[in-house]
Amino acid sequence: MLDIRPRQKITQADWKGYMAQRAQQAKNPALQQFFGTPLPDPETPISEVPMVALDMETTGLDERRHAIVSIGLVPFTLNRIKLAERRYWVVKPSRPLAEASITYHHITHSEIAHAPDLEEVLDALLAQLAGRLVVVHFRNIERPFLNAAVKTRRGEGVLFPMIDTMSLEARLHRQTLWARFRRWLGRPPVSIRLHASRERYGLPAYQGHHALVDALATAELLQAQIATHYRPDTPLKDMWC
Amino acid sequence: MDVELLEIRQHMGRFPPFDGLSDDLLDAIAEQVEVSYFKTGSSILALNEMLNDLCYIRSGAVEVYRSQGELYNRLGEGDIFGHFSLLRNHKVRFPAQAIEDTLIYFIPKAVFLRLCEEDEHFADFVELERPRLESAAEQQKKSNDMMVTRIRKLLTRYPVMVETSTSVQQAAQQMSEAQASALLVIKEGSDNPRFSFKDSEGQTWQMCGILTDSDFRTRVVAEGLSPQTAVGEVVSSRLITIQSDASVYEAMLMMLRSNVHHLPVLYRQRPVGVVHLSDIIRYETHSGLYLVSNIFHQSSAQGLARLAPDVSAAFVRMVQEGANSQMVGSALSTIGRSFTRRLLEMAEAELGPPPVPYCFMVNGSMARNEQSIVTDQDNALILSDDFVPDQHDDYFYALAKIVSDGLDACGYTYCKGDVMATNAQWRQPLSVWKGYFQDWMAKPTPERLLHSSIFFDLDSCYGEDLYVETLQDLIAETAPKSPLFLAAMARNALNRTPPLGFFRTFVMEQDGKHNNSINLKRRGTAPMVDLVRIHALACGSKAQNSFQRLNDISKTQLLANGMSDKLSYAFEFLCMSRIRHQMIDLQEDRLPDNNIEPENVADSERHTLKDAFQVLSNAQKFLKYRYPMPAQRQGR
Repeated sequence: MLDIRPRQKITQADWKGYMAQRAQQAKNPALQQFFGTPLPDPETPISEVPMVALDMETTGLDERRHAIVSIGLVPFTLNRIKLAERRYWVVKPSRPLAEASITYHHITHSEIAHAPDLEEVLDALLAQLAGRLVVVHFRNIERPFLNAAVKTRRGEGVLFPMIDTMSLEARLHRQTLWARFRRWLGRPPVSIRLHASRERYGLPAYQGHHALVDALATAELLQAQIATHYRPDTPLKDMWC
Repeated sequence: MDVELLEIRQHMGRFPPFDGLSDDLLDAIAEQVEVSYFKTGSSILALNEMLNDLCYIRSGAVEVYRSQGELYNRLGEGDIFGHFSLLRNHKVRFPAQAIEDTLIYFIPKAVFLRLCEEDEHFADFVELERPRLESAAEQQKKSNDMMVTRIRKLLTRYPVMVETSTSVQQAAQQMSEAQASALLVIKEGSDNPRFSFKDSEGQTWQMCGILTDSDFRTRVVAEGLSPQTAVGEVVSSRLITIQSDASVYEAMLMMLRSNVHHLPVLYRQRPVGVVHLSDIIRYETHSGLYLVSNIFHQSSAQGLARLAPDVSAAFVRMVQEGANSQMVGSALSTIGRSFTRRLLEMAEAELGPPPVPYCFMVNGSMARNEQSIVTDQDNALILSDDFVPDQHDDYFYALAKIVSDGLDACGYTYCKGDVMATNAQWRQPLSVWKGYFQDWMAKPTPERLLHSSIFFDLDSCYGEDLYVETLQDLIAETAPKSPLFLAAMARNALNRTPPLGFFRTFVMEQDGKHNNSINLKRRGTAPMVDLVRIHALACGSKAQNSFQRLNDISKTQLLANGMSDKLSYAFEFLCMSRIRHQMIDLQEDRLPDNNIEPENVADSERHTLKDAFQVLSNAQKFLKYRYPMPAQRQGR
């Protein structure tokens, strides 16, 4: 597996203020619209928060050298994941498709040959995300890639709060005293990748590396995490980052 | 469709009733599915909650309860629930709880209704259990084993062989003595290596040809040849043979192709028999009859006992050829009766003629014509009212002993409850028997009936049939008018309940416990027989066979419309499952029993068995309500 290294550390405590500020500053109408759609209050119980699971397949892991190939979205709540409202786009990457990444996400040259540029789907994508809390597994791909892609096309980027199921797993398995003790003993850390995390909650194995399937898998994982370690009334601010 | 939803549709496509759906419909479901995760112990459907989706278990396990909290079913991956609520008023009547971490796919009502409308199989599956049972019970595919049975199995004796120099008259005499319709003509030496063989003494012979009945007519008599003509001069040199390990089917084809009725059968080069077209036809149609005629040709109990393997073989063959449970049951009962009759004939030959007339009565499964390969003997003697115990009973005891011991030797084990003619209590004159039955029906208690209910399946096997008929008339007359008796029988019939069904590789019990095998007789066929018997008694039917009883019951208003059909299909399926598992036991050289292990049950059979158990369970509940204990008990 390629080395995954966070490039941008985002520790934004005041998301509400940030979103309001961006709504004021944004020049692009789609971005104005996006930032202007209010998010639930940080105190809102998680069971009342409208969410959307997001996953992207990319040609690599570095947003400066690689590009987005596909985007999958599945809107959901704590109770129901609504597949009928799913969205999925294959887009033409602005940079060439490496053979290595094809074997990874199975999207081929011919598929992207007729695909639109991200520019063409961006308004629809932002409309889907607006007002919903975005849930991803490992935000350090989705966040910088989306930000960079939007910045290139609209002159200003997008940053917004996310719930990261991987970092929720990390809290449980990487940051506890027990986890540190294990590490001190030289034990390998518990895997917090999507498939391994799902297994811990008795979730079935899906064929991975398809943006929509992974988005669905992420939504299911969050439901399982909340059912197991949190409560329906856990406030949103405890989960987002 | 979108490739991204393949994950969901592929999973559903593996489980009934989705496995039968068209790709289009599967796509339609996958498109609309909503997903939710339930932690172990959490409620999925609450009682009286509104339900707008069909629930499909993608992973995990779920328990479904009746409204009173009693466990109704336990479901695993690929199972569905909630359809009953969807089909009625959308209010949850069977609440459900996750007993493992569970992922549920919710299929919206609109999609569910579309499935019901567009796919008949799906509608049947969710609406009623009958069609699944029906088609399973009727889907006894006739798998012909002529393709696999080797022709040597049809040979009963070595061929009659004569040398070329033998006169046609001598040859004809030898054929008549051997009751053969063909003989093989041989000579010393070997001109033709193809038909040469060595006999047991090492001498080399050559088969020159075959001479059949019709050859004598056309080649000898019609030609006006002398009886002294050597067979070598008339034998046909055209010789068509078959190897002993060829299939019956190949033999048949060869006969048709070559237009011959006889085929010499060879083992390597040596002739081991001659098969006639009629042997093949007989094999195809009447194999059971030959066993029966064989029974009547035996002159000793030992000889009869040696036929036991043939009974198993006939059973296996019948099942393989797609016989239904009634055919198997009546064939085995006929065989059992034949053993009994032959033993009685032998006993009379040994003991002399009976001092007074008698009837040998059979009870239980033999009386119902529902015998299986695993069975014990239930029988009794009804004697003439002229019977004088001091003078006659020694004879009848000895007679009963010969029959009972003989049957045991043939594989029909002694009755554990001692319901046998060797028991003095069950060796009585007709008047005493009438008294027994009147007493049982007039003053019943469940405890008393528990041991005597076996006599309510009764049939004559040998002797004065009229005695048994008299008792059958008495029962049919009295039982419908005896509510207390029916209630007591009904109460006993509820002692043995079916399991809920299967959960993974276990049998599920009502209390949630698991067992790793199930006695299909005790938990399935026997309670069904009990139940059918009570309804039959209530409507005055004189039929003894459960299917015939159900037929009689269906002519009355006793059960709801279609109910007797439903019971009939469920019973047939339970019987066939039991029969099939016994056949597998026999084929794998195990002692057949009534147990089946869930891991040996195919998915389709599992679902249908579950349905059959459900039908039985519902019918038992009705029994309690239909034959209540009368309020005032008399004589207690």
